[in-house]
Amino acid sequence: MDKLVTVLICLPFLMALLPAVIKHDRIRGYAVYLCGFVIAALAVFTAGLWYARGGEVLTFDLPFTEIFDKAILAGDVFLMFLIIYLSVKHRKTVISLLSVIQTCLVIWTELFGPEAVNAHHIRIDWLTFIMILIIGIIGVAIGIYAVGYMRGYHIHHKEFADRSNFFLSMIFVFYGAMFGLVFSMNLIWLYFFWEITSVCSFLLIGYTRTEEAVNNSFGALWMNLLGGLGIAVAITYAVYAEHTVNLYDVIDFGKEAGLLIPVGMLAFAALTKSAQFPFSGWLLGAMAAPTPSSALLHSATMVKAGVYLLIRLAIAMNGNYVGQMVYLCGGFTFLVASCLAISQSDGKKVLAYSTISNLGLIVACAGAGYQETIWAAVFLVIFHAVSKSMLFQCVGAIENTTGSRDIEDMEGLAVRYPKLAFILMVGIAGMFLAPFGMLISKWAALKAFVDAPSALMVLFIVFGSATTMFYWTKWFAKILGIHESRGKDVTQRNEYVSMYFHAIFLILLCVGFPFLSKYVIEPLMNDMYGSASPVISEGNIAIMVIMICAIFVVPSVNYLLTRNRKDKTVMVYMGGANTGDNKRFVDSQGDSKELQISNWYMTNWFGEDKLFRPAVAIGALILLIFLCVIVGGAVHA
Amino acid sequence: MKNIHKSPWLLHYDGSSCNGCDIEVLACTTPVYDVERFGVVNTGNPMHADIFLITGGINSQNEDVVKQIYEQMPGPKVVVAVGTCACTGGIFKECYNIKGGVDTVIPVDIYVPGCAARPESIIDGVVKAVALFQEKHDKKKRKERAAKS
Amino acid sequence: MLNEFGIRVICMALYIVAAPLLGGLLDGLDRKISARMQGRKGPSILQPFYDVAKLTQKQLLSVNRFQLLMVMSYLFFVIMSGVLFFGGFDMLLCFFSLSTAEMFLILASTSTHSPFSTIGTHREMAQMMAYEPMILLTAVGFYLAAGTFQVSDIIEGTTPIILYAPGFFAGFVFVLSIKLRKSPFDLSTTHHAHQEVVKGVTTEMVGVEYALTTVTEWYENIFLFGVIGLFFVTANPLSFIGAIAAVLVVFFLEILIDNTSARVKWQMMLKMAWGVTIVTGGLNLFILELIKR
Repeated sequence: MDKLVTVLICLPFLMALLPAVIKHDRIRGYAVYLCGFVIAALAVFTAGLWYARGGEVLTFDLPFTEIFDKAILAGDVFLMFLIIYLSVKHRKTVISLLSVIQTCLVIWTELFGPEAVNAHHIRIDWLTFIMILIIGIIGVAIGIYAVGYMRGYHIHHKEFADRSNFFLSMIFVFYGAMFGLVFSMNLIWLYFFWEITSVCSFLLIGYTRTEEAVNNSFGALWMNLLGGLGIAVAITYAVYAEHTVNLYDVIDFGKEAGLLIPVGMLAFAALTKSAQFPFSGWLLGAMAAPTPSSALLHSATMVKAGVYLLIRLAIAMNGNYVGQMVYLCGGFTFLVASCLAISQSDGKKVLAYSTISNLGLIVACAGAGYQETIWAAVFLVIFHAVSKSMLFQCVGAIENTTGSRDIEDMEGLAVRYPKLAFILMVGIAGMFLAPFGMLISKWAALKAFVDAPSALMVLFIVFGSATTMFYWTKWFAKILGIHESRGKDVTQRNEYVSMYFHAIFLILLCVGFPFLSKYVIEPLMNDMYGSASPVISEGNIAIMVIMICAIFVVPSVNYLLTRNRKDKTVMVYMGGANTGDNKRFVDSQGDSKELQISNWYMTNWFGEDKLFRPAVAIGALILLIFLCVIVGGAVHA
Repeated sequence: MKNIHKSPWLLHYDGSSCNGCDIEVLACTTPVYDVERFGVVNTGNPMHADIFLITGGINSQNEDVVKQIYEQMPGPKVVVAVGTCACTGGIFKECYNIKGGVDTVIPVDIYVPGCAARPESIIDGVVKAVALFQEKHDKKKRKERAAKS
Repeated sequence: MLNEFGIRVICMALYIVAAPLLGGLLDGLDRKISARMQGRKGPSILQPFYDVAKLTQKQLLSVNRFQLLMVMSYLFFVIMSGVLFFGGFDMLLCFFSLSTAEMFLILASTSTHSPFSTIGTHREMAQMMAYEPMILLTAVGFYLAAGTFQVSDIIEGTTPIILYAPGFFAGFVFVLSIKLRKSPFDLSTTHHAHQEVVKGVTTEMVGVEYALTTVTEWYENIFLFGVIGLFFVTANPLSFIGAIAAVLVVFFLEILIDNTSARVKWQMMLKMAWGVTIVTGGLNLFILELIKR
C-alpha cells in the first residue's frame, strides 16, 4: 500500500514533464491520454485495493520519509522564490511578502521549533477514498477533455501564444498535489501540497497572459496565500502549544481540550480555498482561463481541497465558535451567490456563482458538524464534482462550437446541437431538479439545521433554494425552444467521450445513491462519529429512486404516446402580426422584424454592483468577529 | 359530446370601426347582461376560442391579421360578424382602404345587424352561434363515425 | 380491519379519482361566488367540467410537439405530489415533487418561442421564487410542531398544528394566492378573461393540452387545500370537520382577495411574499426553536 501511494503522489509530478517536453501536438495528445489513463487506473486500483481490504483506517509512512521531508522543505523554499520572482516581475511585490512570511514561519518552526510528535505521515480512510476517486476519475477526465479543447481553443484564439504543453503539465502537477493533500496527515506536508495548488491555479489562471488574466491570477494568489498563512499559523501554534504537527491530533485537541486556534486557522484557510465570501472574487476571476482549468478548479480539485479540509475538521467544529463562523459564512455565501447568479447571462459566470453557492452549502454542512450534515456534505462533494465538471466541459464545447457562451445565444440548442443540449440538460437537472443528487443533499441539510436548531440557517437554505431554482430554470428553459437551423458541431471526439462519461456517471450515481449511502457514506460516518444511521429513511429513498426513474420514463412514454398524433402545426400567437413564421412580426413601420426573446436578469435587484461589495463586507465582518472571538477566547482561557 | 354548446369561448376582434359595436360587446359581459351565465368566456386567445366575434370592417391592414387569427383557432369554430360594418362594410364601405365585410376574407356563419348592434341582438347572435357550434361538432362526429364503419 | 397499508392505498386512490371532481366543483363554486360578488348571475357550478369536456373535443393544433408531452408529464408529477401527500408520506418530498412538476409546465410553455407565453413563463418563475421559501418553511413548521415530516404521523397528533404554527399558516395562506393564481398575484396566467400577456404560460396550449393543464390545476389545488387542512387535523376524527371548515374559510378568503385587488408587478410580489415569509414564517420558526430548546 505504501509503495502504491508513493507512486500515486509522485508519478503525476514526473508525468508533468512529458507534455512539457513533447513538442508534437498529436503525440503529446496520446501521451496525455496514456498518462491520464495510468493515473486514473492507479487511483481506482488503490481505492479498490483499500476497499477490498475491508475499508479500515490505515496510517503509515512512505518509504524514504526522511528524504520526502527534506524535499518538501526544499519545495517550500522553491515555491517561495517562484512567487517572489513572478510578483516582482509583474510589479506586485507586496504579494510576495505573504509568501515569505508564511514560508519562513513554517521553516523556522520545523527547524528550530520544539520536537513535534508525529506518528505517521499518510492516512487512508473513507473520505480519502472518496477524494482519490473524484480526483482520479473526474480530474483525469478533464485532462483528457483538455487535449481536444486546447486544440480548438487556439484555432479560435490566435491572439494568445500556444502554451498548451505548459497547460497540460500544470494539470498533471495539480493531480499530484491533490493526491498528496488528501493523503497527508502531517500538517507540513499538507501545507506544501496546499501551496502547490495555490501556485498552480495562479499559473493556470494567468495562462493567456492578458492584463485581465494576470490581474485575476494575482487576485487568486493573494487570497490563497492568505489561506496558506492561516495554515502556517496553525502549524506554528500546534507545534509550540500542542507539540504535534499531526492534523488528527489537532482535531482531537480541538474537540476534547477546546484548543480552537489551530482549528480556526485551518478552517479559515479552507474558507479562502473554497472561495467563500469575502474570498469569492478569485474563483470568478478564474473564468479568464481556458475552460478545462475552470472545470478543474471548480469541480474535482482546488475548491474541493478546501471543503475536504473542512469535512475533516467537522468533528472539532461541532457546537463551537469555529463551527459557527464556518456555517454562517457558508450559509450566507449559499444565499448571496445564488442571488448573484440570477443576474448573469454569461454561462461560465453562472456556473462560477453556482459553484460558490454550492460550496457555501457544503461549507455550512461541514461547519455544523452533525452527522446528518456531514452525510449531506459528502454527497454534495460527489455530485457537485461530477455535474459541475460536466457542465463546464459542455459550456466550453458550446463556446467552441457556436462562438458564444452567453445563455441568450443558447436559444433552441436542443434543435441545433441535440447532443450538447442533452448533456447540458442532464447537468442542469443534476444541479437542482427534485430527485437528483443536489436536492437530496439540500434536503438532508435542511433537516439537520432544523434539528440543530439554527433558524437563521434554515432561512438561508429555503431562500437560497428558491433563488437557485430560478437561475437554473431559466437556463434550462432557454435550451428547449424553436430554432430553424441545425448547426455544424465541431466538438472533438475526446471531448464527447469525457462528457458522455460524466453524464452516464451522474445518472448512475443518482440511481445508485442508496448503495452509495449504505456502502460508502455510512462507513464514513462510522469512522468519524463511531456510529452511523441513514439520514433519509429507506422508504423515502425508495420513493426518490422511483422519482428519478419517473423523470426519465414519463416524458419518454408521453413522447411515444403523442408521437403519432395527427395534429396541424400552427404559428405562435403574436396578435395575428406574424409574418409567416414564429420568429418575425410586422413592426410599426409595416416591415418584418425579428422577435427577440430574452431571459430575466433582474439586475436592479440582484446585480453584481448591488450585491457583491456588500456581500464581501458582510462576509469579512462575520470572519473578523468570529476570529476575534476565537483568538480572544483562547487567550482568556 | 352532447354538451359542447355549454362552453362557448369567445374571441373578440375589433376591425375598422367606430368602436360603437366594440363597446356594446363589452356591455354584454357586464352584470346587466352577463353572458357568462351561458358559460361564455371572453378569452383573448385564438388558441382557446370557439367563436370568433368580429366588429368593424376589413381594411388592408387587418386583413392578414384576421386571416391569421382564424387559422389559429382550432375547429369546430363559428364566426359571428357583429354590426353593419362587419356584415357589409357599412358606412365605410366606399373608403379607399376598406375591403368590405368580414366575409371578404373568412367565411362568416352568423350576421348580427345594427349600428351599433344592441347587446340583446349580440347575445341573440351568440346564442345562435352556440347552436351552430354544437351542430358543427355533431356533424364532424357523425362523419368520423361513418368513416370508421 | 384494514391495516395501515390498505388505508394508504385507499386514500391515494381516492385522491386520484376524487381530486379532479372536487377541484372542478371548487372551481365552479369560485366562479359562481365571484359572479355574485360582482352582482352577476354567473355560470352553472358544473361549468368547469363543461369547459374541460369541450376542450378535449377540439381540433388538435400545435405549435411545438414537445408541448403536449411536457403537459402530460406536468400532470403526472402533480398527481404524484398529491398521492404522496394523501398517502401519508414525507411533506418535503411532496413539495419537491411539486416543484419538479412546475418545471415541466415551464418547459411546456417556453418550448414555443411565443412572446406571450415566454413572458408568462418568466413571471411564473418569479412566482416560484416568491413562494418557494414559504412552501419549504411550511414543511419545516410541520416538522417542528409535530416532530416529523411524515403526513401519516402528523395526523396522529393530539393538538392541532395550527396552535404551534399560526405564523406558518398565515404565510402559507398568503403564498397560496400566488399558487392558486389569484389576483393580485395572477401574473403568469389568470382565470379571468383578459390579461396583458394574453393567457401567459397557457397561451399556446390548444384543446386537450389546455384541458390537461386545467385538470392538473385542480389536482394541485386539492393538494394545497389538503395542506391547509393538515394544520387542523388531529387524531380526533371530529377535527376533520374543523379542517374542512377551515379550508372553506380560506377558500372564501382567497376569492374575496381575488375580487378586491388589482394585479401587482413582480417586484411588488417578490417583496411582499418574501417579506411575509420572513415575518410570519421566520418569527414562528425562531419561537418554535426557542420552545424546543
